[in-house]
Amino acid sequence: MVGDDEAPSSSLVESFYRHRLPVRITHWINALCILFLLGSGLNIFNAHPRLYWGQYGADADGSLFSIEAVDRDGGAHGVTQVGPWHFDTTGLLGWSKYQGDYVARGWPHWLTIPSFQDLADARHWHFLFAWLLVFNGLAYLGWSLFSRHLQKDIAPTRNDIYAIPRSLIDHLKLKHPAGEAAKRYNPLQRVAYLCVIVLISLMVATGLTMSPGFDAVCPWLIDLFGGRQSARTIHFISASLIVLFVVIHLAEVVLAGPINEVRSMLTGRYVLPKEPRR
Amino acid sequence: MTAARNITRRAAILAGFAGAGALIWNADNLTLNPSFSRVFHAVEDWTRMSQRMLLQPGQLAKEYSVADISPVFKPNGTFNPGGAEYDAHIAQDFVNWRLKIGGLVRHPMSLSIAELRGLPSRTQITRHDCVEGWSAIGMWTGVQLGLLLKAAGLASGARYAVFHCADNLDGEPIKGGEQGPGQYYESIDLVDAFHPQTLIAYNLNGKPLGVPNGAPLRLRVERQLGYKQAKYLQRIEITDSFRNVAGGYGGYWEDRGYEWYAGI
Repeated sequence: MVGDDEAPSSSLVESFYRHRLPVRITHWINALCILFLLGSGLNIFNAHPRLYWGQYGADADGSLFSIEAVDRDGGAHGVTQVGPWHFDTTGLLGWSKYQGDYVARGWPHWLTIPSFQDLADARHWHFLFAWLLVFNGLAYLGWSLFSRHLQKDIAPTRNDIYAIPRSLIDHLKLKHPAGEAAKRYNPLQRVAYLCVIVLISLMVATGLTMSPGFDAVCPWLIDLFGGRQSARTIHFISASLIVLFVVIHLAEVVLAGPINEVRSMLTGRYVLPKEPRR
Repeated sequence: MTAARNITRRAAILAGFAGAGALIWNADNLTLNPSFSRVFHAVEDWTRMSQRMLLQPGQLAKEYSVADISPVFKPNGTFNPGGAEYDAHIAQDFVNWRLKIGGLVRHPMSLSIAELRGLPSRTQITRHDCVEGWSAIGMWTGVQLGLLLKAAGLASGARYAVFHCADNLDGEPIKGGEQGPGQYYESIDLVDAFHPQTLIAYNLNGKPLGVPNGAPLRLRVERQLGYKQAKYLQRIEITDSFRNVAGGYGGYWEDRGYEWYAGI
């Protein structure tokens, strides 16, 4: 880290100011929020580990997805149901170890916040970070619109859209843009960041739809999502897609050069990868 | 960039990450720390104030059609309060059950089920959202609580309606570890007490309430979660505060860490 932005090396390595301060701050606050929201969300899910579609849904109604402990062959098993399929997920989902003993719980303790099962506490964490996420997200969106970061850096241009297949192939070949081309977000990056903005907005909207108080303010939102239980299912699917984004995002950071990438999100300065010699 | 600014910035970044790391690492301890619960209470207050700012006092919860009613209305919590007294009420079809209204009222009342059924009623098809995540839709018929409170006449200082129930859910310790009284109770403020959909319900889906769903009377507060919908109602106490009732947080589940404002 030391020395890269000092004068002597700058003649050898070309670095430029890639991420402005508001992007860096809101990025890290957002990352912390997502971590706590996912962990506490899984703990909340464990209180009723079943998902439905429609206005209502409880034990007597058929579930789309469930994680349950089932007594079978004289022993307990964790069974995860996805539509018509059932999977034995003993040890991971439905029936897993907590402090040395097997317990019936949807998601295992090492994935949830708090690690012990407590709906009240999980809700407290969830709402604390949900508010922080909303304020941080509004600050980011407000700044991004005002500074034209959203319009210039994130929104894909017509050329970006045409270049998506090419960009996809490059990503799969682990080829990353170099030189001048690395100064802007590449087409897939733009699409991915735009998707994550949409997904987080969808998380907030479906989250609010689960609130009976908010539903009285905004009843049309329930109908937009096809019911409260549908909204809960969409909330879960969006969260899963955010996890998918995070996995790919982190993999790309590692593949593109973790030190350079992480540093650029801390200090703003990004060292341009050299063009390969032809 | 000067070296001094670099060091300050580096220190700020490190401090930020150390703080975040400590927060993640200590999440379990913080959850159980009574001083940290002040942060959670502040968030709850903020949520309540935000929703109350957006909600008109009389704004209705969504009402559904008969076709939307759940085939099974899931009971939760107490399925049968049990005990000789309640068993006798079941045997007598609740003819001797009384709903008492007292506390900060000018005319304390005691009403039988037949007297309540004789009063003007409201029927509504609404969605019941359990804090656990599931929902059930049912058709409720009952007397508007506001009507009863107007008849009883609120005395000065009245701020909350506290609902005392016949069921005891002992077993789960009060937050902080000590075993508290397990008698179910709930409380709402006057905004919700006088809301047109707030009912003392006696019918579910056109039939007298079954024992698992709260026979003979249960509360409906449609803009809040399921644990507010107290079952087996015996007494409504109008108070200026619920600090001196049971655990002091305004409800059985509230005493066990859940939010008093259950609009979310």
